[in-house]
Amino acid sequence: MTELNFENWTCPLPLRDYPNIVMGHGGGGKLSSELIEHLFVPAFQNDALAELGDSTVLPFAGGRLAYSTDSFVVRPLFFPGGDIGDLAVNGTVNDIAMSGAQPLFLSAGFILEEGLSMNALGAIVDSMGRAARAAGVRLVTGDTKVVDRGHGDGVYINTSGIGIVPDGVRIGPSRAKPGDVVLVSGEIGVHGTAIMSVRQGLEFGAAIESDTAPLNGLVAAMLASSPDIHVLRDPTRGGVASTLNEIARSSKVGIQLDERALPVPQIVRSACEMLGLDPLYVANEGKLLAIVAPESADAVLAAMRAHPLGARATRIGQVLDKHPGLVVARTGLGATRVVSLQIGEQLPRIC
Amino acid sequence: MKYLDEFRDPEIARRLLDEIRRTVTRPWALMEVCGGQTHSIIRNGIDQLLPEQIELIHGPGCPVCVTPLEMIDKALAIAAKPGVIFCSFGDMLRVPGSREDLFAVKSRGGDVRIVYSPLDAVKLARENPDRQVVFFGVGFETTAPANAMAIFQAKQLGLSNFSMLVSHVLVPPAITALLASPRNRVKAFLAAGHVCSVMGYWEYEPIAAEHKVPIVVTGFEPLDVLEGIRRTIAQLEAGRAEVENAYPRAVQREGNKPAQKMVADVFETGDRLWRGIGLIPMSGWRLRESYRDYDAEHRFSVGDIHTEESPLCHSGEVLQGLLKPNQCPAFGKECTPQKPLGATMVSSEGACAAYYNYGRFIAPDEISLRV
Repeated sequence: MTELNFENWTCPLPLRDYPNIVMGHGGGGKLSSELIEHLFVPAFQNDALAELGDSTVLPFAGGRLAYSTDSFVVRPLFFPGGDIGDLAVNGTVNDIAMSGAQPLFLSAGFILEEGLSMNALGAIVDSMGRAARAAGVRLVTGDTKVVDRGHGDGVYINTSGIGIVPDGVRIGPSRAKPGDVVLVSGEIGVHGTAIMSVRQGLEFGAAIESDTAPLNGLVAAMLASSPDIHVLRDPTRGGVASTLNEIARSSKVGIQLDERALPVPQIVRSACEMLGLDPLYVANEGKLLAIVAPESADAVLAAMRAHPLGARATRIGQVLDKHPGLVVARTGLGATRVVSLQIGEQLPRIC
Repeated sequence: MKYLDEFRDPEIARRLLDEIRRTVTRPWALMEVCGGQTHSIIRNGIDQLLPEQIELIHGPGCPVCVTPLEMIDKALAIAAKPGVIFCSFGDMLRVPGSREDLFAVKSRGGDVRIVYSPLDAVKLARENPDRQVVFFGVGFETTAPANAMAIFQAKQLGLSNFSMLVSHVLVPPAITALLASPRNRVKAFLAAGHVCSVMGYWEYEPIAAEHKVPIVVTGFEPLDVLEGIRRTIAQLEAGRAEVENAYPRAVQREGNKPAQKMVADVFETGDRLWRGIGLIPMSGWRLRESYRDYDAEHRFSVGDIHTEESPLCHSGEVLQGLLKPNQCPAFGKECTPQKPLGATMVSSEGACAAYYNYGRFIAPDEISLRV
């Protein structure tokens, strides 16, 4: 007797009659193509994607490319101010923008868990399409797989992206120099606090929304004001503290923060006090850190403040020629402490 | 949040520091009892701002630090059992037992969960009637009322699948044991404000009188800590040894009576092992006989697990103020926050981790420490 192959079995019903993802949506058959044609293509609408080839062919005029990839595993999938979809687009857009590049094209890979509601997937994909249009990038290629129920958290998304680095722009994590100024584009710790506020077992019902946003427009405005930007980073996981530690190590410089200058919103401070966490280590999704030559700092700061995503930009510290690899903070009382790289996740303290 | 900026004002801090500087005439060693105070002192750099004559010794008031290795091994054994949901406060997960920590048990398939209240564990027990839910009930007097309430509720609800691994410790017997030690250097104590908010401070009056040490009930914000130090130094310089309350917005002499009643209903006093220090008589709480069914040690038969501490680790001396963390030969070498030997390196409140993380291991001339 021949073995039955349910993988390639497809139901003749159209997509809208499936309220949930079934294994067949990842089987490469009719269900797969319905998912692509009825869900992904309309949400991501663009010519390059519409051909649906094995790869997408894109024009390229020469110069330097920035290329980045990131995977998104988020619980819960929908959180105040965003969802895994816009996070996945903005995350890769921002990673590309941090080299000063203008992001152009994105890919999207989906790992769907059997049973995921079609409404949820529709909302996520729709949100990706909106985020891509807002950032001015096109989602031009993609892939979908389905895993058995219980083997995934609803949906995992990987996005990769390509951007073009303008001539004359030299931005990299090892380019911080003593004397440089450290700028942040706005209030810190917002995304992480928003996620914590809805995580199971910890709902504290705070009115706070994730700051997820595409930063490429802000970066373009900053570069237009001065090309003398040495380092750009978006302080996502691990927060401002971890990102600055990485910069201090790769640039072999010391960094001093002024704690009083850190823009920490009241609600983030309260949540962190309650849980015994430090806002410097809480994730951001729509903020950047810029390390800028001192003579350009005022111009760059003014350009940031003139942009909607940098309205609360401020100066938070400086690069030093002493204690290379170390980040220190001047405390509110005027003492100094080391801001170390944390081990693993921040854990809430006992009391 | 109200009550943050008011107690972090740099101008008031400067005035308190000036007054401390004017008052102090000779060297004094003070002990802040609570790990939360240690955290605040190091995080804000308060020790750098004090006059040189004042030495702060970080006390044994971090529950993560003083929970004995043996108890961690019992927790690991229970958490690894099939069908168990093991619940704990977050920072206990990284405390190493003799071979591994709770994270390692989780990675092998153990159901280990971080909860923010023991009552969440009771809720889990109700939602999972076919699983055994165990809460790791550690801590000082501060966490005891909520733990007692969890046990009380579980009994009221008739939950047969909830139990607690109890390792509660008490501050006054620890202070008494420290003062009785011939090597004791501590001349005054900042008592732990939140412990006192539950228990009051009347228990400290006979200790202060008998041992002639000032004891000042102190809060946790920078200005609270500085005010506690100011009052302690004023007493020492004047030759007084009294109990004072420098945290009146949270603490009354009699403490929180309903909380004490709840604790007394569920727990009784007994001898307790302290990690790195040893057995202190009548220094802990254990479940009363009437709540024995909720004792995880009893339910999972882990009473025969006995573990010795690492010989390289000097956390006991650190906790007693006999050794600064960076004077330990293993500090920053065999023992780091990545691979902690003793629990004082594990918790963010632990004296060794606070030194490591907040830079007390760096020579003062490498960073501009003094203002």
